[in-house]
Amino acid sequence: MADLNELTTMIEAALPGAEVQIVDQGGGDHLFAAVVAPQFAEKTLIQQHRLVYAAVQSRLDDGSIHALALKTRAPEAS
Amino acid sequence: MSDTLTMTEEEILDQIRREVSENRVFVFMKGTPEMPRCGFSNQVVQILNHLKVEYGARDVLTDPRIREVLGGWSEWPTIPQIFVDGELIGGCDITTELFQSGELQKILDSEAAA
Repeated sequence: MADLNELTTMIEAALPGAEVQIVDQGGGDHLFAAVVAPQFAEKTLIQQHRLVYAAVQSRLDDGSIHALALKTRAPEAS
Repeated sequence: MSDTLTMTEEEILDQIRREVSENRVFVFMKGTPEMPRCGFSNQVVQILNHLKVEYGARDVLTDPRIREVLGGWSEWPTIPQIFVDGELIGGCDITTELFQSGELQKILDSEAAA
């Protein structure tokens, strides 16, 4: 069972300035995260996903997250 | 497809590298393109077939060591994995997102002449 607030904090800490929304898609361990982060600019989707996975790696490793679907993008240029 | 069961892990890694470099598009999947054995692998195959892309594929279910060696090398934990021009572009989610945005077609068309 994952603590969504903790995960949000972990991602925000790894990617300062990120907007993070995490939704439980079932059972508390199948999650969906939408992340918009300035660090994603000029990065491919796979690089963006790797950054998010790395931020929550310990929770994937200990099994509190079973699956984490991602939607990532850089903020719109203003 | 050569049989990996008699190979060492080092030889499996060599084969993975060779397959990825010798095929412009290569997919590591569960099952075969003709008979995918996982919904995510099937979805990727359907996208590539829809785009009429030529691709090579390897079934990771034939030998559990393929998945282990591949994951260690590509640093990506899940199957399927789709490589284009020797680079991992993603798994099912990313491939689907790139397809829906039209980006995948661009990537595949970009050096189609090469």
